[in-house]
Amino acid sequence: MTELGQRRRSIIRGGLTLIAAALVYQGLARSGIFASALLPTIPTITHTLLGMLADGTMLKHAGYTLYRVLCGFVLAVTFALPLGIAMARFKRVENFFLPLTSALMPIPSFSLVPLFMLWFGIGNLTTILIVFYAASFPVLFNTWSGVRSVNPLWLRAAGSMGADENKLFWKVIVPGAFPFIITGMRQAFLRCWIAVVGAEMIAASDWGLGWVIFDAKEFLNADVMLASLVVIGFIGFVFERLVFGSIERATVLRWGMVRAAKG
Amino acid sequence: MTEHAATSVGIAAPRAGEAGSERLRLIWRNAFPFIVVAALWEIVARAGVFPQQLFPTLEQIARAFVDLTIAGILPHHTVDTLLRLFAGFGLAAACGITIGMAMGRSRRAEDCLLPLVSILAPIPGLAYTPLFLLWFGPGEVSAILLVGFVSMFPVIYNTWTGVKAVKEIWLRSAQSMGANNRRLFRNVILPGALPYILTGLRLGLGQAWRILVAVEMLAAVPWGLGWLIFGAREFLNTDAMMAGVIVIALIGLALEKFVFQKLEHYTVVRWGMIGRL
Repeated sequence: MTELGQRRRSIIRGGLTLIAAALVYQGLARSGIFASALLPTIPTITHTLLGMLADGTMLKHAGYTLYRVLCGFVLAVTFALPLGIAMARFKRVENFFLPLTSALMPIPSFSLVPLFMLWFGIGNLTTILIVFYAASFPVLFNTWSGVRSVNPLWLRAAGSMGADENKLFWKVIVPGAFPFIITGMRQAFLRCWIAVVGAEMIAASDWGLGWVIFDAKEFLNADVMLASLVVIGFIGFVFERLVFGSIERATVLRWGMVRAAKG
Repeated sequence: MTEHAATSVGIAAPRAGEAGSERLRLIWRNAFPFIVVAALWEIVARAGVFPQQLFPTLEQIARAFVDLTIAGILPHHTVDTLLRLFAGFGLAAACGITIGMAMGRSRRAEDCLLPLVSILAPIPGLAYTPLFLLWFGPGEVSAILLVGFVSMFPVIYNTWTGVKAVKEIWLRSAQSMGANNRRLFRNVILPGALPYILTGLRLGLGQAWRILVAVEMLAAVPWGLGWLIFGAREFLNTDAMMAGVIVIALIGLALEKFVFQKLEHYTVVRWGMIGRL
């Protein structure tokens, strides 16, 4: 069988599985074994999703969540990126911060939510700080190991060709470490995305995708829950594939630092 | 893979062959930042910028820690959390490795399962919490199932990649030397895929650990460190909360240091699949 035929068969099989899964779900929901409030049918979910999109509530929830994630993420990058570079370049900084980060990293960000709620109250600030905490460590560690893994030969070659410190940093170290930094940001974003949902559930405010899911539980609105799940999954997917994918294409792939994966 | 490399760094290990003074210097170097942070904390706490209730001194935290430990409350919470973690993670490891293996070995399974996995995986695990609570009721069952479900995905992905990464030539040479299917699996595929599987398990355990604390806060379980922290908030017991956070940090550190680094050392490094560090 040719490669193309193989691909087509894969797509058909994948599609069939998805349809089968949807049918099984629909059958279960229709059969009445479970209460329909707990297991809404697919048309109901679609209807709810479209309704919430049409009247703008879903967009507002998503907007709040995105605002919190992006604030926390940008904060984490502006803080952790320079620190990671400094840790890799200066032994003193590394000696001071490495033990601290190793001790703080295994603390899940959620365990700080109650504490932050006491300190900063309920609302945006707590959520943003939790996101910041969750995102900092992947960025920090990957930047640190990225800068350290820059080939010393490149540094010496550039140095002997007369590059000064400034040039060395921008032309050699930063591009060399960039694949790691991108990986770090990707991981950080995934963590942020989990953290924001959790933080919104616990430190409830009035808007946000995490909050709407948790709030829907109180009223047994499983359709609202599933509709929000779809939106959460969709946004996460868009960021992972489109945003980080295109950053990667524009930088490290173009610079020839990594090869594009085949297939 | 980068996360794997990054998390294994930990606190710098002493170099072998040096005298005791070198060791002491190293301990001091690792302890110094903590002393600075502790001193800063103490100064802020004593200065009274924040109410004592919200920002306890180190002494209060230490006392809460000791009191709760002696009363048996903290150990009870810890044991329950650990049991839940291992039950959920055991479930994830068993299902994840099985599904991943099937996906790696059979084209049919891969075609059927991959779309499902890639749709379910990117949704943050916690978002499923209310749904699981509705379906399985609050309590133990929901918590364990949720932890298992969420930490299954890294295991599946890595096992699948690992099985696919086994070199074709190893399989063919083993086959031509007369290995049957079972031996092929045990002696070639399993060792070949093991570095990836271990990475998957490690990521899965990390994820299980992160999610468990939040699940305990939401799922109304009677005991557990997440619940301890969350419950302490109601009574403004910031010292008990900090004690809980400390235990959580210690467990997280111990999981990384004593479970995975050891496991990796005994299997893949010994088989020569990856280089000795």
